[in-house]
Amino acid sequence: MSMTETVKGESGAMKEEVFSLRDVSVYYGNNLAVDSVNLPIYKNEITALIGPSGCGKSTILRSLNRMNDLIPGAKVTGEVKYHGEDIYGPTVDPVQVRKIIGMVFQKPNPFPKSIYDNIAFGPRTIGMKGDMDEIVENALRSAALWDEVKDRLKDNAYGMSGGQQQRLVIARAIAVSPDVILMDEPCSALDPVSTFKIEDLMNELKQSYTIVIVTHNMQQAARVADRTAFFTVSSDDEAGSRIGVLVEHDETDKIFSTPKNEKTRDYVTGRFG
Amino acid sequence: MASSLTRVPNRAGAAVAGARATVRGGFVKQGSWADVGRAAFVGLMMIALSVAVIAIFAILAWAFVEGRTRLDLDLLTNGPSTARRATAGYSVAIVGTLQIIAGVIAVIVPLGTGAAIYLEQFADRSKWYNRLIELNIQNLAGVPSIVFGILGLAFFVRGPFSWGQVAAAGSATIALLVLPTVILASREAIRAVPSSILEGSLALGVTRWQAVRKQVLPAAFPGILTGIILAISRAIGEAAPLLLVGALTFVTFYPSFFEGGFSALPVLIYNYAGRAQVEFQILAAAGVLLMLVILLAINSVAIWLRARYERTW
Repeated sequence: MSMTETVKGESGAMKEEVFSLRDVSVYYGNNLAVDSVNLPIYKNEITALIGPSGCGKSTILRSLNRMNDLIPGAKVTGEVKYHGEDIYGPTVDPVQVRKIIGMVFQKPNPFPKSIYDNIAFGPRTIGMKGDMDEIVENALRSAALWDEVKDRLKDNAYGMSGGQQQRLVIARAIAVSPDVILMDEPCSALDPVSTFKIEDLMNELKQSYTIVIVTHNMQQAARVADRTAFFTVSSDDEAGSRIGVLVEHDETDKIFSTPKNEKTRDYVTGRFG
Repeated sequence: MASSLTRVPNRAGAAVAGARATVRGGFVKQGSWADVGRAAFVGLMMIALSVAVIAIFAILAWAFVEGRTRLDLDLLTNGPSTARRATAGYSVAIVGTLQIIAGVIAVIVPLGTGAAIYLEQFADRSKWYNRLIELNIQNLAGVPSIVFGILGLAFFVRGPFSWGQVAAAGSATIALLVLPTVILASREAIRAVPSSILEGSLALGVTRWQAVRKQVLPAAFPGILTGIILAISRAIGEAAPLLLVGALTFVTFYPSFFEGGFSALPVLIYNYAGRAQVEFQILAAAGVLLMLVILLAINSVAIWLRARYERTW
């Protein structure tokens, strides 16, 4: 199936769907964690996944580059289509998926190596062609880190501040030239100044990449995201289970000003969550 | 994870569990009685530690006082002799021990780390055979060394391999004896590498093997070396299994690995120590110090490597 789907955006321009999720459910063992998510993610936009703890937003994020495969017993049903191709298809190599769809984690996780080697590890290991010094410099420039570290590329990455480490990790993801960057609460361990820098960076990066971000911080979603998807927990008290569901998704402005669903309104106005 | 470790019946396992309990204890909020309990626990630990340290130093001090007159070149260059007791030495036993240890290292480094990598990173724990392997390794770590001696006798000296009473048989037997320790310590070291390092690597689109080889293993390297150091230390002092696979005492020629009778330091020390003549008693004490020096020399390479790669998270 070759169908790069497009829809009409607000301005009338055609928007390309990078991901389209259809009835995506995630199970851990026999427990349903997230139920039937239908969600489009558009090219060169920032899509934020928000919602209270346990609503499955991180689980959905990790199903976009098959990081869930690493959790024993995790199972994804439904279709996660990336440019029309199901990334859970039988012929798909998860390693290739992760090469195209990069990820940044909650806590900065630089490798215990030099700044240079942190960036070079990915390109070197997957056998990217080109001048390594150039790849490293470009990645660091894209992550707005070059000027801060160009004189200490051989220093250990653990000597950097938390915010710098997180930008290093973003540069590391950029270095393997992905198409999409997934960010799992990238600022939750950072101070406000570092958070501002990362948000600024995200706005830069969406020119070249498609970004999906999970965040606990509603203001952050309102500040950076073009589209926002609100998840919540539907708890079945009799069965004692907590299942994540997608309540609604729309352009960020609409989610925060005129949400269709009452639960969304309660959440974005701070009445619960 | 915890359940698989609490079953470990050997010394290494106790050390591992103790270390973990100590670390975890620091994070638990406690009342005043718990504080008293903790102080008592720390006190007991300090007493236990000092008993162990004092005992070691007492033995070393005794060995030095007793054997100091024989810390000469003859100790290294001369073989055993009943006729020239005052100048007899350990030359053949030193060569035998070095051969055995070299063989042990050649076996335990690839096999021990390989098994640990497989069990920690690749084995599917829901499969019964992987659980069986794990259980067996833990049990083997607690099996007395003499039992491994019998295995070596039946398996390497006679039986399928039929190498005869040679250094190779002793080496293989001791390698099997210390292998579980290496595997358990290496697994612990691999497990101690934060999973964020593995995840971060995989998220870049590298294969699991590439991530393990280039990120997890180098980070776990110091811990793995600790396991190897402990294993070598135990291997060098083992006498019982060597006696069973036919280590001799009065060998007057240098053995080759697969041919001819062999001797080893602990076997010879054991033999000298049991003799009535005072010269042999002195020689045994000097042998203890000699063995310690050789052990430190071998391990210093590993310790140097470990210091080079050691880092904190």
